[in-house]
Amino acid sequence: MSTFAARLTADVSRRTMLWLGALFAALVVAPWVVNDYFVTVLILILYLAFTGQAWNIMMGFTGQLSLGHAIYAGLGAYVAAALFTRYGVAPWFGLLAAMPVAAACGAVIGFLAFRFGVTGVYFAILTIAFAEFARIGFDHLDIVNAAAGLFLPVAQYAHNDLWRLRGSPTMFYYVILAATIAAFVLCRLLITSRIGYFWLAIREDEEAARAVGIDTFRYKMYAVTISAAVTSFAGVFYAFFYNNLFPEQVFNISQSIQMILGPVIGGVGTLFGPILGAFVLTSLAESLNSALTAMGLDLPGAEQVFYGVCLLVVVAALPEGIWPWLAQRFGIKDAAS
Amino acid sequence: MPFDVYLNVAVGGVLTGLVYGLMALGLSVIFGVVRVVNFAHGEMMSIAMFLAVVLFSAFHLDPLIMMVPIAAVLFVFGYVLQSGLINPFITRPEHSQFLLLVALAIIIVNVLLIIFGPDARTVQTAYAFDSFQLGPLLVDATKVYAGAAAIVFAALLFAFFRFTLIGTAIRACADNYTGALVVGLNVNRLYALTFGIGAACVGAAGAMMTLIVDVTPMIGPTYTLLAFVIVITGGLGSMPGALLGGILIGLTEALAGLLFTPSAKSMFAFGILVLVLLFRPQGILGKRPA
Repeated sequence: MSTFAARLTADVSRRTMLWLGALFAALVVAPWVVNDYFVTVLILILYLAFTGQAWNIMMGFTGQLSLGHAIYAGLGAYVAAALFTRYGVAPWFGLLAAMPVAAACGAVIGFLAFRFGVTGVYFAILTIAFAEFARIGFDHLDIVNAAAGLFLPVAQYAHNDLWRLRGSPTMFYYVILAATIAAFVLCRLLITSRIGYFWLAIREDEEAARAVGIDTFRYKMYAVTISAAVTSFAGVFYAFFYNNLFPEQVFNISQSIQMILGPVIGGVGTLFGPILGAFVLTSLAESLNSALTAMGLDLPGAEQVFYGVCLLVVVAALPEGIWPWLAQRFGIKDAAS
Repeated sequence: MPFDVYLNVAVGGVLTGLVYGLMALGLSVIFGVVRVVNFAHGEMMSIAMFLAVVLFSAFHLDPLIMMVPIAAVLFVFGYVLQSGLINPFITRPEHSQFLLLVALAIIIVNVLLIIFGPDARTVQTAYAFDSFQLGPLLVDATKVYAGAAAIVFAALLFAFFRFTLIGTAIRACADNYTGALVVGLNVNRLYALTFGIGAACVGAAGAMMTLIVDVTPMIGPTYTLLAFVIVITGGLGSMPGALLGGILIGLTEALAGLLFTPSAKSMFAFGILVLVLLFRPQGILGKRPA
């Protein structure tokens, strides 16, 4: 355990630790300070920070651009929700089934792509194609109600049931907060370990990595399966938080895009980028929504246009993302960058 | 089911596939020369489709005739897009270009959504229910016109690249970037022209497609993906490959829609994509990279 803690904190300055501690404290007390609406916004932010962190393992660490991560979240959501509604299996047990399913799916996609040399843009298109395949497939899969959608029973809960994930937004908030911290710690451990250094080597120059004896196929497979398994938790959370699943929504390409926005805007390949990106993007988008509502405008696409413009501006002006730029100004070191 | 049902559906699929092919041709031309993967391709097509729908519902102008001005509008759009936004990105990493165009795609879809709302729109021409009979074959007139228009447009494009000086210059840029610079070609302008031409293809294809399918703002991503499936199947960068891929995918979708259910038809297109990526990644007519 002490080596664990040592590896987590090695090379982290006291000032950075203080900042992280303050952020953690603020996030823990947040639900007592703000109202339910803001708790819901914070849940969305943390959800995107979590999925962004998971996606980052593939693109940020290993350099494999996946644009179909919705498939892993979607599979996780459907597996856990189906087990719950059909057999009353608690979501944490459901997760034990969802993770291997998503990881296996990631392994299949990874195997096909890496074994047959599908790289770069072709790889991105392959991942989209698989997600679309799943979307249309689930639209016709009757055991999960096909296009009609899968619903979880909703009732007024007197108390929070953490085991069955039924309860108030505040409970969900702490669940996703814990998960986001866990993902952050996991990524930190991964990226400062042997496997992480191999990933970075592959990202920077795959030929050279192979030349120095790294089994690039194997390490890319690790990246895609770990990323998929982590992402599947987000799906389970999504299912139990929103209580309804439609293939048209959960497997939609816009879900995949939303997952990548946080890290891209915050900084691909950094540990803190996905969190910062999710925070900046979601709070700006929510402000925009409130402003539009206040003006009495109902524009269903406005939020997405805003996302598009943000992505455009960041890709054009700050291709490394906001976080590396900020971190440099404040003299903070991010392990992965 | 009797055999002529299959034959009818197959012919319809091939004709639709020709329009798909023209759309994919635009993507292929852009990639072949500029080396940028236009991830907003289907979204650009949906712009053209809405132009056609608006021109039809407001002035009763036939999309088959409006195809030419719409292609011209998209040409300008593509030209400006390449010279203004994408050109600084041609030396950036692949994923950076990709994300730029993803951003553009998101913006186009949702601006269309804001302007036109989510409802499907159709173009009901006077000949919408006509058909041609040829022995046992009964073919929709709209599909015949659209397919024929696609062939004409593609032929003009082939001729342009083959026989004109600008076409030759563009091919030179695609073959050897540095060489093109050395002999004094204005590569940036030729890139913008190429992007414009690719956009014009998809513009013309979009106008034709309004005769065949309903238009909603959300169809953009579907067609982007379809265009990718087609060009990868046919061979990215190969012009005949794009047409062939279009016909193949059109045919597959039509038969899959008949044998299974129409809503599952694109699963088969993705199935073909996966098979091609695995066993012939350069595409049916593509050249194997040296």
